[in-house]
Amino acid sequence: METVCLNKSDDAFVKAVEAESGQRVSRCYQCGNCTAGCPMFFTFDYSVSRIMRLIQAGQKEQVLSSSAVWLCAGCETCTQRCPNEIDVAGVMDACRHIAGRERKFGARAVSAFFKAFMDSVRFNGRSHEVGTMALYMLYTGRVWTDVELAPKILPKGKMPLLPHRIAGRKEVAEIINRFNQGLSDPDLVRAGSATQGASAKEAVS
Amino acid sequence: MRIGVFICHCGSNIAGTVDCAGVAQRAAAYPDVVYSTDIMYACAEPGQDAVIAAVKEHGLTGVVVASCTPRMHEPTFRKAVERAGINRYMFEMANIREHVSWIGKDVEANTNKAAELVRMAAAKLRLNRELKPKSFPVTKRVLVIGGGVAGIQAALDAADAGLEVVMVEKQPTIGGKMAKLDKTFPTVDCSSCILGPRMVDVAQHPNITLYAYSELEEVSGYVGNFDVKIRKKATYVNWDKCTGCGLCTEKCPSKKSYDRFNEGVGPTTAILIPFPQAIPKKASIERDYCRLFNQGKCGVCAKVCPTGAIDYAMQDEIVEVKVGGIVAATGYDLVDWTVYGEYGAGRYPDVVTSLQYERMLSASGPTGGHIKRPSDGKEPKDVVFIQCVASRDPSIGRPYCSGFCCMYTAKQAILTKDHIPDSQSYVFYMDIRSPGKGYDEFTRRVQEEYGARYVRGRVSMIYPKGGKLVVRGADTLMGGQVEVEADLVVLAVGGEAAAGSPALAEKLRISYDGYGFFMEGHPKLKPVETNTAGVFLAGACQGLKDIPSSVAQGSAAAAKAIGLLSRNMLDSDPQIAFVSVNRCVGCRKCIEVCPFKAIREIDMRGQPKAEVIETVCQGCGLCNATCPQGAIQLSHFTDNQILAEVEALCRF
Repeated sequence: METVCLNKSDDAFVKAVEAESGQRVSRCYQCGNCTAGCPMFFTFDYSVSRIMRLIQAGQKEQVLSSSAVWLCAGCETCTQRCPNEIDVAGVMDACRHIAGRERKFGARAVSAFFKAFMDSVRFNGRSHEVGTMALYMLYTGRVWTDVELAPKILPKGKMPLLPHRIAGRKEVAEIINRFNQGLSDPDLVRAGSATQGASAKEAVS
Repeated sequence: MRIGVFICHCGSNIAGTVDCAGVAQRAAAYPDVVYSTDIMYACAEPGQDAVIAAVKEHGLTGVVVASCTPRMHEPTFRKAVERAGINRYMFEMANIREHVSWIGKDVEANTNKAAELVRMAAAKLRLNRELKPKSFPVTKRVLVIGGGVAGIQAALDAADAGLEVVMVEKQPTIGGKMAKLDKTFPTVDCSSCILGPRMVDVAQHPNITLYAYSELEEVSGYVGNFDVKIRKKATYVNWDKCTGCGLCTEKCPSKKSYDRFNEGVGPTTAILIPFPQAIPKKASIERDYCRLFNQGKCGVCAKVCPTGAIDYAMQDEIVEVKVGGIVAATGYDLVDWTVYGEYGAGRYPDVVTSLQYERMLSASGPTGGHIKRPSDGKEPKDVVFIQCVASRDPSIGRPYCSGFCCMYTAKQAILTKDHIPDSQSYVFYMDIRSPGKGYDEFTRRVQEEYGARYVRGRVSMIYPKGGKLVVRGADTLMGGQVEVEADLVVLAVGGEAAAGSPALAEKLRISYDGYGFFMEGHPKLKPVETNTAGVFLAGACQGLKDIPSSVAQGSAAAAKAIGLLSRNMLDSDPQIAFVSVNRCVGCRKCIEVCPFKAIREIDMRGQPKAEVIETVCQGCGLCNATCPQGAIQLSHFTDNQILAEVEALCRF
């Protein structure tokens, strides 16, 4: 283990996480209730409460290179249990977005699946399971993953080999292109979430 | 009038952002000001001496001090000017610390504002009149509300000092929460062995009158002479006849009443004596569970009672007493922990509260001091304690630390090992808070000698599995998730202000905070006083605290009451309303708005007029603001004085 230098706190990173999640990480008093209830804990390199602590300490590298931010299932048990009403899942989500923009993929299989799914939707206008699987195998190089399931599933006709393309797929592709553009341009994301927030407020009032 | 103005630096508190010498210079030009200076610490002895010397040297007839809030030092300076030979009401204070220097950094703006405030104070002072207090006799009797350990201590100390004491207790017995405890930390003394004799002292003390199963109905009057109405709730048992023999409780056929004293650990009868050492040891009927009241027939208790004490027709009774001072000692209640769905919200019988566990540990409790699982009556081996349940949890509106749970949990873990030597305790905690004499050593002993396993983290869920309860939490020091299979789970539930505290505070005309705890006069210097003269606080009603602190506050509140009532006469505050009879048209509006019933209608040569009862008026000024004629005025705050201030401020 390396000694963490507390002077080297990346305050800009802390501010970025707080701005993108809309949460104040200083509210966390490290009770561990998020970790206690996390159903994905067994897959994590750092527990949720440790991620929260690392964010508080401005340890950007450790947070963004962790697998936990990618493996979080977003079930929001942590958010529900947090005595300080922090949307912990929202904080994890913000970290995942920042990591994606900085091309840091702590769990490559997860980001590869994410890309495979989005590409499949971009091509077809809707998801195509076999296509998603093929792309996933291509992006990860894990060619034999789950292939043993094919003889059981294919005869049932649940997974057609050819995609069913919808009429508006160009428009769907446009949405996804805009999203990908946004991923590489954080200002666009922030502007987007700001207008989203404003419209949500309008809806409430 | 010859006015002297003194601008206090308060070290750098004021001088840091206000040009004090500049303010003094400007003040010298205000009307009637003949002397003006700045001073390092006006409240300190040299400062007060300087004020007195200036009064004598310059023949001042009025003094303005610009310094801190009048709540801090108005009494100090009033006494100082009195020593200098002028009336204490020929003094005005301008608050240039809390209202100026502490809230702004702009020196020029602050200096201007300070000068304006001094101008207002001087303008008002020009219209001040000498006021003299009247004195009135006091009633040498104290009312103590609440018969827990804090109230008991206050009552005994006041009674020993020779005062008469009236104690009002909501429950059928005194003793409060402490009477429910098995042992106390950090000495592991038997709770009822140390409290019991004090309870008996209350019952036997010639100066103490106890009204159990009674509540405060109404308070009127003022310091030294409060008129109190007490509602004696119907017990349906004539306590003058009841001997506490307990025959009725043995024969009562309604055996499924909720046992309030035992926190519902076991059922009890509809007619009951809460526990063997109850004071008074008298029976009372819980109407909601009594067959006679609910089904119309039964009457077994009346048949078996050897003294004929049962009286089903009993009604509530109102008792009126006059007291000079009041001590509120209403304690606390446990927070309703069933808001936590993740802990079963009350569905799992083997998840109990700490207070229920105390009753299980107690030899006089429903299990006879044997720890049994409520579900199957078996002895538990693995016991999990969860701390900070409903404490330090902003999500349920309880962000504060209850302060005593860390210690009682450690005590309960020790007692668990004493009762069941082959048991294992697990304690989930967030921080161990043990800042008391011998407290931290105690929390080390439970881990080192009694082998309790302390786990640093909260618990996220409890779920049943094959007759056991699985407790899943975090161990943040280990850095991960942990699970314990438990036979019994004890929740260290935090406290909150006793039910009905805000309503009582309103009756007593004292302040309470956002959680319902009563507000002390000053957090450091007036811990047991309130902002209402003659009303004092003791114990957890002011903020959660453990037994030693509650006892200390009980004694402190008693000392304050004894000090107050040691005088035969009290001075009334002359800042009260007065009526100009030639302006009063007898419209009665002031009588209607007065919250103290301090104004009455009189007949003056056939005309109705208002008259202020001087000893009752509290000087709130509502009548002054209401009077359409400007006939009723508040001394020291007349319309003309307020207008003079406004004019001093709005000169342009």
